[in-house]
Amino acid sequence: MKSTLQKFARPVIAIITIYLVLLLGPIAALDIPIIAASIAKNPSQLLQFLIIGLANGAIIAIIALGYTMVYGIIELINFAHGDVYMIGVFTALTTLSLTGTLTSQDPARIGLGIFIALIVSIAVSATLNATIERLAYKRLRNAPRLAPLISAIGMSFIVENIGLIWAGQSWLVPSFGTTGGGSQKEFPDLLSRMFVNMNMDPNLLANTGWGLRFTIKDLLVIVLAGVLMIGLRLFVQRTKLGKAMRATAQNRDAAKMLGIDIDWVITATFLIGGGLAGAAGLMAGLYNNTAWWFMGFRAGLQSFTAAVLGGIGNITGAMLGGFLIGLLAAFSDGYLNARWTNAWVFATLVLILLFRPTGLLGEQTGQKV
Amino acid sequence: MSKRLFALLSVLIIASMALAACGAGGGEAATLKIVSSLPMTGASLTQTQTIVNAMTLRLEQAGGKACNGKYTVTYEAWDDASAALGKWDPAVETENANKAAADPSIIAYLGTFNSGAAKLSIPILNAAGPLVMISPANTYPGLTHAATGLTEANEPDVYYPSGTRNYARVAATDDLQGPVAVNFMVSQGVKTVYILDDQEVYGKGVADSVNQAAVAAGITVIAQEGFDPKAADYKALMTKISTSNDGAAPDAVYLGAIVDNNAAQVLKDKVAIMGDNQTVKFIGPDGIFTAALIEGAGADVAEGVFATTPGLALKDLGDAGKKFYADYAAKYEETKEPYAILGYDTMSAALKAIEDVCAAGGNPTDRAAINAAVFAIKDFEGALGTWSFNADGDVTLPYFVVGQVQGGAYADYGTFTP
Repeated sequence: MKSTLQKFARPVIAIITIYLVLLLGPIAALDIPIIAASIAKNPSQLLQFLIIGLANGAIIAIIALGYTMVYGIIELINFAHGDVYMIGVFTALTTLSLTGTLTSQDPARIGLGIFIALIVSIAVSATLNATIERLAYKRLRNAPRLAPLISAIGMSFIVENIGLIWAGQSWLVPSFGTTGGGSQKEFPDLLSRMFVNMNMDPNLLANTGWGLRFTIKDLLVIVLAGVLMIGLRLFVQRTKLGKAMRATAQNRDAAKMLGIDIDWVITATFLIGGGLAGAAGLMAGLYNNTAWWFMGFRAGLQSFTAAVLGGIGNITGAMLGGFLIGLLAAFSDGYLNARWTNAWVFATLVLILLFRPTGLLGEQTGQKV
Repeated sequence: MSKRLFALLSVLIIASMALAACGAGGGEAATLKIVSSLPMTGASLTQTQTIVNAMTLRLEQAGGKACNGKYTVTYEAWDDASAALGKWDPAVETENANKAAADPSIIAYLGTFNSGAAKLSIPILNAAGPLVMISPANTYPGLTHAATGLTEANEPDVYYPSGTRNYARVAATDDLQGPVAVNFMVSQGVKTVYILDDQEVYGKGVADSVNQAAVAAGITVIAQEGFDPKAADYKALMTKISTSNDGAAPDAVYLGAIVDNNAAQVLKDKVAIMGDNQTVKFIGPDGIFTAALIEGAGADVAEGVFATTPGLALKDLGDAGKKFYADYAAKYEETKEPYAILGYDTMSAALKAIEDVCAAGGNPTDRAAINAAVFAIKDFEGALGTWSFNADGDVTLPYFVVGQVQGGAYADYGTFTP
């Protein structure tokens, strides 16, 4: 009886879903003829949305890696991770200010400043993430699962408030101004400035006549994300520590018995996850030109969704999920109504989880890190 | 339950009742408490801090006393925002209203800043006396009066279950602000506009009003669209808008939003995709008339942004208004935030109501008497000029300032009426 039910359950869910999409779609601006017409009218815009979606997705994907790695190792959702990313943005901005890069017009100096900011924000975010683990999660490692979850939410609030205080320190960054830590802060568009000062157009496709914008910012975000992802994959697959991580993810006790230093492996996971969040912070700052104490919340939510979408614990899945969410949001903003963008993103998550409860690529326990 | 425990509990209950009675009896004669409930965590702090400063200044000028020194008046600034939301929080606002309703020494509730918050607290305070509420900033019309096409059918009566009005405001409403913004756009040669809103009571309300007025004035509204106030960026949305006017960009983008709802990012991406605010104008309501927008977007990006706000341009203020700005600068630091003066007159209205009740031989600890006295304020000589509250609780000052960002700060462009 049960098996017959199960057999019929999926088609029934599918039919209900299709019915609902057809019924509710037009309300939520999913008007296919209009969308088809606007694509036919301006096909290059489709590519433009693809570029925007990929760049946003790359940032989400990099943050999602931190969620998924930590979940893979200790099955904890590190709610503070989004806020570690936010600290990364502020670290990058402060470093750029202290090195005099924010006001510099010299392209070489800007390039060097950005490189230093990348290193510093990776270092600070990595240290912060590992410190959070030491303070808030380590003692609770054998406690019921809800306990570290609650302490993670608490850490998230603490880090958010650090950001709130930081954003008010205009002696560190003069452009923080006088309106206090609550307001959004400008993250100057250094990459465009650098290109303009080298007498180049920041839009790399400006002279093609295609009417597309693929700026140096898009390029940097996508390339840097690609490098980090490939680097992480090689690290996990090829190095000794990566192997230890995979072993710990598979079976912590067995790994311990074989002489793997579990504490160090977990710390290293948090260090790497935090470092990636710091890099994402610099990327997002340069790309969206905003530093805001609250930005970690939404970024964290989207990245966590990306991690679940791809199959939590699965590194490739997290990247896939990140790009998927970035593209979905861009296309929804572009062809549907921005009011419904979040609804579409989360409806897609629900749909995918209905048919693939473990995410797109599944929870690969053997490979989860 | 053991007898001893029962006895102990009874003693405790009796003692606490006795204490409560003492508190009500003892505190009544001496102290009148005024509280404000404004968002003080988040970007709106830039605006609300100046309101709180102005209110404090006004009370200090009155010496913290009322009715020839018979009563001490104290003022507390409450925060209705939370770090969890980064802006006003419905839960905190409700908690504030309940807290005020339960404290008999509170005789006036000054706020809110956000119209959505006022929707929650008016009915709570309406059932508590009623406790009068005076807002320096709410502009959504439906809180006090119906406006065709802009308010719900059951507004405003739904907020006043007791039938008595207990909410007044010194800010002019959005059914006037929309036409002011549109008239200004017409004067700037705007023919097509794309309207965005942050999907809140206030943001959508003012955007609706602009939409309505624009259609009436012959401006083409390409679309009105809500945006996600927490999104990382709006480049895709702006790319869409950049070709929405038959393949070209519209003449103007109107943003109905508060600054906490990512207004700086919207502006930044608009400039990145469609060019500066000369090429495609960017206009908003009082929610973005603040230095926080300029700091968030950067002075270069914000240059040329227009915003409207209730009140009068500095040059059009009378002597009382000019004196206020001078006093404010002497005590704090010079401010250009337009809400400061509205906060000042809000506190003035509360203090005047207390004096009027005393002068009529009434008891200023009686909330109903204070409420009636607030609604009876007529031809009051405030910092904004001479104004009255009408029967709906609206101020009789239909003035709006238009400001433009010039060199990193809002500069007065002039005073306008609809």
